[in-house]
Amino acid sequence: MTPGLHHYLIVSGLLFSLGLFGVLARRNLLVIFMSLELMLNAANLTLVAFSRFNNNLNGQVMVFFIITVAAAEVAVGLALIVALYRKRQSAHVEDLTRLKY
Amino acid sequence: MPELTDILFYAFAGLTLLCGFLCVANPFSRNPVTSAMFLVLTIISMAGLYVLLHAFFLAAIQVLVYAGAVMVLFLFVIMLLDIREEERRKLNGAAVGVGAIAVGTLAGILTRALWHAEPLAKVATSEGATRPLGKILFTQYLLPFEVLSILLLVAMVGVILLSRKELK
Repeated sequence: MTPGLHHYLIVSGLLFSLGLFGVLARRNLLVIFMSLELMLNAANLTLVAFSRFNNNLNGQVMVFFIITVAAAEVAVGLALIVALYRKRQSAHVEDLTRLKY
Repeated sequence: MPELTDILFYAFAGLTLLCGFLCVANPFSRNPVTSAMFLVLTIISMAGLYVLLHAFFLAAIQVLVYAGAVMVLFLFVIMLLDIREEERRKLNGAAVGVGAIAVGTLAGILTRALWHAEPLAKVATSEGATRPLGKILFTQYLLPFEVLSILLLVAMVGVILLSRKELK
C-alpha cells in the first residue's frame, strides 16, 4: 500500500505517545529532556507531512524555526540541569522536591 | 510489486518507532548514554522520512543540527555529570499503570481516528524544494528569521550566565 498522509500522521502520533510515556515514566532528568525532544520531532514530522500533501511550503519554514528554537531550548535546559546538579549532586526528579508543597 | 519508496517508508517508519521505544523504555539498559544513542538513530531515520516527503533541506538540517549539534551537547553533559547506570528504585506501580493507560489510550485514539480518516489525494510538490524554501524564508519570513537570531544570542548569553561558577 502506497503510504499516504495518514500513514505519516500515525507514525507521528505513535512517536508523540512514546515521548509522552518517557516524560511520565522515566525519572532521570536528562532522559525526560530527550523524550521532550522526541515529542518535538513528532510534531515536526506532522508539519512536514502536511506541507508535502497540501503542496504548501509554509509548514517546512515552520519546522525550520522549530528546529532552531529547539536547539536554543536544549542549550538553556542543559545549562539549568548542570547548575542544578552542582547544587544537589543529583539529576533524579525524586531528589528535587524543594518546590513541592 | 511494491515500489522502492514504499518499502523505504515502512523501513524508516519502523526504525523510527523501534529506536524511539528503545530510547524511552530500553528493557536492557538504564544508561542515559544508550538512550542518547538511540535518540540519534531515531533522528537519522526521521531524516529519511523527510527525504521521502521531498523535504531535502530539512533532512540535511535534521542530521546536522539535531544529530550533530544537539545530541553532542546531550552526550557532553551526560559525560560531564558522570551519571552512571540509573540504580533501580522502587517503581510507583499505580503511577506507572495510570501513565501507561493514558498513553495507550492517546495512541489508540490517534491511530484509530487517522486510520478511518478520508485519504487525501496525493499532490506533487516542486522537485528539490530548497530554492523556493529559501525564497520564502528570506522574503515572507524575513522578520521571524531575524528575530530568531536574536533568540539564539539571548540563549547564548543565558547559558554563559547560568554556567558561571558562583550563581548569585
